[in-house]
Amino acid sequence: MGLRNIIGKRLGLGLVRRRKPFSTATCDGNGNGNGNAKSINLYSAINQALHIALETDNRAFVFGEDVSFGGVFRCTTGLSDRFGKARVFNTPLCEQGIVGFGIGLAAMGNRAIAEIQFADYIYPAFDQIVNEAAKFRYRSGNQFNCGGLTIRAPYGAVGHGGHYHSQSPEAFFCHVPGIKVVIPRSPRQAKGLLLSCIRDPNPVVFFEPKWLYRLAVEEVPEHDYMLPLSEAEVIRQGSDITLVGWGAQLSVMEQACNEAEKDGISCELIDLKTLLPWDKETVEASVRKTGRVLISHEAPVTGGFGAEISASIVERCFLRLEAPVARVCGLDTPFPLVFEPFYMPTKNKILDAIKATVNY
Amino acid sequence: MSLSHHHLNTNILPTLSATIPTPFPLVFSAPIVSFLSFIFYSPLSLPSSPPIFSPFPSSLPTRKKMATAFSPSKFAAQPFPLNTTSQNNPLTIPTTASPFLGSTRKLIRLSSSSNLNIRRRSGTVVAVSDVVKENKSKSTLNLLITKEEGLELYEDMVLGRAFEDMCAQMYYRGKMFGFVHLYNGQEAISTGFIKLLKQQDSVVSTYRDHVHALSKGVSARAVMSELFGKTTGCCRGQGGSMHMFSREHNVLGGFAFIGEGIPVATGAAFTSKYKREVLKEADCDHVTLAFFGDGTCNNGQFFECLNMAALWKLPIVFVVENNLWAIGMSHLRATSDPQIYKKGPAFGMPGVHVNGMDVLKVREVAKEAIGRARRGEGPTLVECETYRFRGHSLADPDELRDPAEKAHYAARDPITALKKYLIENSLASEADLKAIDKKIDEVVEEAVEFADESPVPPRSQLLENVFADPKGFGIGPDGQYRCEDPKFTEGTAQV
Repeated sequence: MGLRNIIGKRLGLGLVRRRKPFSTATCDGNGNGNGNAKSINLYSAINQALHIALETDNRAFVFGEDVSFGGVFRCTTGLSDRFGKARVFNTPLCEQGIVGFGIGLAAMGNRAIAEIQFADYIYPAFDQIVNEAAKFRYRSGNQFNCGGLTIRAPYGAVGHGGHYHSQSPEAFFCHVPGIKVVIPRSPRQAKGLLLSCIRDPNPVVFFEPKWLYRLAVEEVPEHDYMLPLSEAEVIRQGSDITLVGWGAQLSVMEQACNEAEKDGISCELIDLKTLLPWDKETVEASVRKTGRVLISHEAPVTGGFGAEISASIVERCFLRLEAPVARVCGLDTPFPLVFEPFYMPTKNKILDAIKATVNY
Repeated sequence: MSLSHHHLNTNILPTLSATIPTPFPLVFSAPIVSFLSFIFYSPLSLPSSPPIFSPFPSSLPTRKKMATAFSPSKFAAQPFPLNTTSQNNPLTIPTTASPFLGSTRKLIRLSSSSNLNIRRRSGTVVAVSDVVKENKSKSTLNLLITKEEGLELYEDMVLGRAFEDMCAQMYYRGKMFGFVHLYNGQEAISTGFIKLLKQQDSVVSTYRDHVHALSKGVSARAVMSELFGKTTGCCRGQGGSMHMFSREHNVLGGFAFIGEGIPVATGAAFTSKYKREVLKEADCDHVTLAFFGDGTCNNGQFFECLNMAALWKLPIVFVVENNLWAIGMSHLRATSDPQIYKKGPAFGMPGVHVNGMDVLKVREVAKEAIGRARRGEGPTLVECETYRFRGHSLADPDELRDPAEKAHYAARDPITALKKYLIENSLASEADLKAIDKKIDEVVEEAVEFADESPVPPRSQLLENVFADPKGFGIGPDGQYRCEDPKFTEGTAQV
C-alpha cells in the first residue's frame, strides 16, 4: 500500500502553514486507474466533475457567487464558456436566496448545484436547508423532492482564514434528517464523490476542504466515475487503535500515524467520507479489531460530529473497548486568527492522544 | 424638529412608532440649503414615485410636496450603460464640465439655468451641491469648506491612502496575513461622512474597514497592530483585518460577512433614539452610519433593515459604497435595478445618489443626511458611486475589470481632486499639502514600527472572552487556564 507524499512546508506561527496533503493513490478498486489518469489538484478534480455532470445531464445548473468567471477557488472555470450563461450563472449575494432557489429548481426535476462561497456563509441558508430541503420529500408525501440539489461549500482552516473563512460547520448539518453530508479527502475522492452526490436522489451538502484545493495533487482518472456514498474507507490498516476522520484532517492524522508507527503503535485509519448517514459498520468492525478509537476533526469538540461517533461506538462496542473514546478536535472557541496553530488539532495533539489511549 | 409632543409611555418597541404621532411628520422645515428643498426646486423632472404611506393623517397642504421630496433626487444618466451584453463596447462616459464639480467658483461664473440645461443634455450626473448653489439667490463666493476643514479632509484621505498602501507592502512582505481588503479610491466616502460625526456616533462597516476606523479616530498604530495580530491592536489581535472594533470611538465593527453589520447598526440607532425619547436624555442625538457595498444591496438583511429603520424612524444613515463590483460580479449584472438609491423611497426614506469620488459633494450630502438623523427625521439611504483602485482583496488578481473603466476612475482620484480644489481656491498651498503628506508618511511608518515591536498575544488569550465569565469556560477544575495545563500537549514542546 504505497502512499505518495508530497512535501509541504511548515512555516512558523503567524505565517502560512502548510500540511502535507494526503494522497489516496492506494490500491482501492474505485476509480481504477485504467486509461488516462492525470495528476491534478483538488479544484481541478472538482472542476472536472462539474464538467461531466453538466455534460451528462442537460438539466443541470451551476450557480452561486462569482461562479461564472471560475469562482474564487477556480472550481468552476470553463463551465460558463462551455455550457452557456443560462446554465452556469452568478447569483447576487444572498445565500438564503441561492439555496431556496436551488430547492425550487430541484423540486421541478432539475439538478441544481449551488455554490456557497465559504462554508462560513452558509448560515443564512441554514433555514432553507434544514426546514425546506431536508423535509421536502417527507412533507409532500413523496410527491415532490429536491434530490437534485447539491450544495458545495469550501470549509475548514486555510492557515490565515480567521473567524469567517475557516469554519467547519458539518456538525450542524449532521443533525438534520433528510440531507446527506459528504466530505472528500483528496482529488480522486472528490471527483467521484461529487458525481455521486450530484446524482444522488437526496439533497446533499458537499464540503470541500479548502486547504487542499491547490495542495492536494493526485492521479485522477479523466472518465466519469462515481464513488459510493455512506461507505467509509479504511485507508491504513492497523491493529492497535482506530482513527476516524474526514477531509483535510486525515493528512494530519496520517502523519501522526507514521510517528506512532515508530513507537510501535499500529494505527488503523478510516476516512468516513459520508458523515450523514455514516458507515457505522465499517467503524464498528475496525473497533472490534483494535479495541480503541480516536476521532479527530477541526470543528470545536463540544457537539462536534465526533460526539456522535463516540456515542454510537460506545453503544455498539462497549465491552470491546479498552480505553475511552478519544476526541482530538478544535477548541471550544470561535475560530481564531493568530491562534490558529493552538486551536487546531495538530499532529502532536493526536500523537499524545494515541499514546494516552494505547497506554490507558 | 422634535419628533414627539406626546407623552411617551415606557412601553417600548413596537409601540414606539405608534407613540410618535406628530401632527406634522412631513412638515417641511428644512432650511433652504437642505437637499430636500433642492429636490423641490429642482427643474429636473422627477421620476414618478408612489406617495409615502403615512399613518398620520395630515391636512397640511405640504403633503403633496413631501411626496416628491421623498422621491429620488435626480438622475440624469447612468454611470455606465445598462445593456450589459456590451461589455466590450467602449464605455459611454458622461462628459462633465470638469472632472471635479466641487469648485463653486466655476459654477457661479456661469449663468445658472443655461448651465443646468447643458448639463442635462449631456447627461451629467448633477450633484446636490452645485445645483443648490445655483439656486441660491444671493451670489456668494462662499466656498464649501474652510481652510482648516479642507486640510483636515485632505489629511484624512491621505492617511487612508498611505495606510492602505503600507498594508499592501506589509502583506507582500509577509508581516500581515489573512484576507485583507483595501480601500484605495473610496477615501472620499469615509472622510466625507465620518469627519462630520462626533465621538459618540457609531460607525458600522464591512470587511473593507481599515479606513473607516482611521477616519473615526482609531489610531493608525492600533489598526496596524491589529493587522499584524499583536496585543496592542484595537481588538488585541483577535480579529485582524476584517474586525476593527473600538469602544472608545464607537466603531461597532468591521464585518466579514456582508450585510451582517446592517442590523447591528439598526439596533445601535434604536438605542440612541430610545435614550433620547424614552429615557429623556434630551441631548442624545447620536447617529449611526452603516457602510456597505453594492453587492449587499441584494441581500435580505439590507431590506429588512431599511424597513425597520423607516418604520421606527431611526437615526441612521445607510451609506452604500457602490464600487460596481462584488469580487467578480458586476453590479449591473447582478441587480435588477442598479439604481440603489431608489430603494430608499420604496421603504419610506429618501434615497440620494452622490458622486463618491468627490469628497465635498459627499460631505454636503452627508451633512444633510446626518442632520436629518440628528433632528429625528429618520433614516436616509445614500448611494455613493465610487471605485476601488485595487482588487477586491490582496489575493485578487483583478483581471475582470475593464482597464478603460479603471482609467476613468483613476482620473477621478478623490485626493488629487481635493488637492486641485484646495490649490485653485487658494485654501492651501502646495507646501502645506506636501507637509501633510510627509507627516502622514511618518505616522504610518511609525505605526508599522510600533506594530512590529508589539508583543504577540499570549496563548492564554485564545480562551478568553468566549463567554463573559472566564471561569465559566476555558479554565480547568484546578483554576488554571486549560492551555497552561501541561496536558494540553502532553509534554511535547511543539504545538
